Amino acid sequence: MNTAEAGAVRSGLKEWIFTIDHKRVGVLYLFGSLAAFLLAGTMAMLIRTELLSPTNTITSNPTTYNVWLYFHGAAMILGFIIPSLTGFFANYYVPLMIGAKDVAFPRVNALSVWLYWVGVILALLTFVIPDPPDVMWTGYPPYSVITTGNTALYTFTVLLMGFSSIAGGVNLIATIILMRAPGMTWNKLNIFVWCTLGAFVLQLIFIPFLGNAVTLISLDKYLGTHFTTPSSGGSPLIFENIFWFYSHPAVYVMLLPGVGLIYEIVATFSRNRVFNYKGVVYGGILGSVALSGEVWAHHLYVTGNPDWLTIIITFTTLLISVPVGLLVIGLLGTLYRGSIEYRTPMLFAVGFIFLFLVGGLTGIPNAMSAIYMQLHSTYWIPGHFHYVMALSMTSAIIGGIYYVFPKLTGKMYNETLGKIGFVLLFIGFNVTFFLTMYMGVVYGMPRRFYSYEQFPEVHGIQQVTTMGSYIILLGALVVAASWIHGLIAGKRAPENPWGSRSLEWTHTQSPPPPGNFPRIPELSDDWGPYNYGKSLGATEEER
Amino acid sequence: MKKKIFIPAALHAAFFLAAATGHAQEVQDPREGWFELWHELLVDITVLGVVFATIALYLLIKYRRRHPDDVGTGKEVSTFAALSWVIIPGLIFLADDVYLGAKNFELWNVYRNVPKNAYVVEATGRMWSWGFKYPEGGGIETTNELRVPAGRPVEVKITSADVIHSLSLPYYKVKWDAQPGRSTHLWFYPKEPGEHVLTCVEYCGMMHSNMYGKVIVMPEKEFDKWVEENRPKGGSL
Ligand code: HEM
Ligand SMILES: [Cu+2]
Ligand SMILES: [Cu+2]
Repeated sequence: MNTAEAGAVRSGLKEWIFTIDHKRVGVLYLFGSLAAFLLAGTMAMLIRTELLSPTNTITSNPTTYNVWLYFHGAAMILGFIIPSLTGFFANYYVPLMIGAKDVAFPRVNALSVWLYWVGVILALLTFVIPDPPDVMWTGYPPYSVITTGNTALYTFTVLLMGFSSIAGGVNLIATIILMRAPGMTWNKLNIFVWCTLGAFVLQLIFIPFLGNAVTLISLDKYLGTHFTTPSSGGSPLIFENIFWFYSHPAVYVMLLPGVGLIYEIVATFSRNRVFNYKGVVYGGILGSVALSGEVWAHHLYVTGNPDWLTIIITFTTLLISVPVGLLVIGLLGTLYRGSIEYRTPMLFAVGFIFLFLVGGLTGIPNAMSAIYMQLHSTYWIPGHFHYVMALSMTSAIIGGIYYVFPKLTGKMYNETLGKIGFVLLFIGFNVTFFLTMYMGVVYGMPRRFYSYEQFPEVHGIQQVTTMGSYIILLGALVVAASWIHGLIAGKRAPENPWGSRSLEWTHTQSPPPPGNFPRIPELSDDWGPYNYGKSLGATEEER
Repeated sequence: MKKKIFIPAALHAAFFLAAATGHAQEVQDPREGWFELWHELLVDITVLGVVFATIALYLLIKYRRRHPDDVGTGKEVSTFAALSWVIIPGLIFLADDVYLGAKNFELWNVYRNVPKNAYVVEATGRMWSWGFKYPEGGGIETTNELRVPAGRPVEVKITSADVIHSLSLPYYKVKWDAQPGRSTHLWFYPKEPGEHVLTCVEYCGMMHSNMYGKVIVMPEKEFDKWVEENRPKGGSL
């Protein structure tokens, strides 16, 4: 390698580290979240493999298993799902979709991604330090206070991710409010942009509660305070309430942008308008935002919360079915009279519709406190929340990456590999997590169990479940292969391979240059990101 | 001490609840109630699921692209249609929610109001076992083994000596957290003699999954005999 080339590589690296370009910041988020997915996914495979037999399978130390489970849960939520949706997709798409040259505060944006990366690195210390955290991602005291595991690592990882999200949120909310292109009125925003706005409003309101909760336990553990020790007047129940006061809304932080991506994909591949746009935005999205703060205590029906709270929360939680139902109706309505093409992103969107349907409907029993008497803390719960959060949102993310692939890389991926990947994942998802729910509700098989000799009925089912997770692994490998193949050997992507009408496809090349658009687009009255019936819509001098 | 559930009167009326707190004569079995409501719920969500899935499949097949340059022909909805598409499904879901909510509270009242004649045992969770203390004079104690007479409601008063645990009786469809510094309770109705698993279901550290034992439901006579045999000798009487 000659010196000129070496210099180019070095300055290339420097450009990435000091970048304040929203697309590069987004890509940095993407790398971080894929790394987190890889590791947390590895943990999932270890966990499922351990569960092949009722006692010792691959580790004889329950604590090792508990650390895997801690890392899997925390890294999947804080390291993968939230950063890929509100970090990568939000950063990449929002300025492109609203017709802006960049975000409002590019340096704050760079800060947010590097805070996130430090958080990822901190989380990785889990595998290096002698007493890694074993507190599960929920970190309930007093256990998290008395354990020999390193609760501080949990606290600081969460805090860093939280600060990162706050920085990102301030920036993107300001961007959406202030930097829309001329003519980009609120009712013309892409659904994804609305979803991002909703998600970040939730983050800004609720993250401080999470920060507060995780700080309390470390103060108790290391500085000897008594916020959560009952013998000194503290209360673990307070922690549980504060924790879920954030962590339920967090479900919508993940759900909304995922649903938003699916709307983009479905509209593009159906070449159709979004059905009842205003109903989706003001009913579905804003309705979810409004309700999501009033339901936290459904995680705490059987704890010690007063009965009057349980009764109110049962009702508010059931009400969530209204906005979520509107979101689903909007999706189905967008198919109506569409012209649907089944490319890989659309397959993942179809998968999403069915997985989300199962996840949403199996949430109804969770809302009901009396039914919850059996469901609480059994496999039903991980079964249900993997359907909504893990499976639906992972489908949205993977489908979303296939969808953005040509724009992001300037290359096309291989459709056949993509489709095989989808089929494997869809089968694996359902085998694994349908059975997980089944074991929970029928036999009461508890979650977070290293061994399960007391439940002889589930031995066989556990094995089939693990086989299901190996199918997921296979699917994930095929998906990864298709991306790597696309990056190396993919054909050159045209500007708008899908024939979408949204700005990021119609008004800039693939990949978009720094500054995004040659000129800030000016949008005429009859332009809309989903206007397929009419002419391309941008004003004439624009093209 | 029997706790009465506090339900604001207005809520009561709104959910069409005939005060279920009243009838103490006839003991309702929460387990049976659970199965009844669960089956109803299963029908409810299956119907919703099948309807939505069928519509989705129909649309996905019917509107597949026939020619490469086809575009969709969906129309923007009128304001009236837009509102109707929000309000009507909203009301349908709302109606279902209110219905399920009301059903739920009936059963919840059964779960939370312990019958007057219940046999009361005290349970303490600790890392990592369950201790049970029986009411008979002098106090019988067992570990990881809850013995109860058949045919009589059993109340378990629960607390924890260290971290949060949760006492689960999957067969009786009931569980409740054991919180340090707090007394909670659950009750169940063991009608028939038999043995069922009881286990911890709140993560409590290394041996969490080993924190299990049995509920042993004995015919009343045998149970009385067991109590007599195990009553501490020479203790307080
Ligand atoms: C890709 C395939 C995946 C598999 C096979 C898998 C498997 C599992 C298993 C076996 C458990 C333990 C259940 C228990 O015993 O309690 C678990 C827990 C969990 N998983 Fe996954 N998972 C996957 C993906 C995801 C994703 C994408 C997320 C992202 C949200 C996720 C989030 C969680 C969480 C939050 C927990 C709970 C951890 C806890 O109990 O503290 N998982 N998963
Ligand atoms: Cu929740
Ligand atoms: Cu436990």
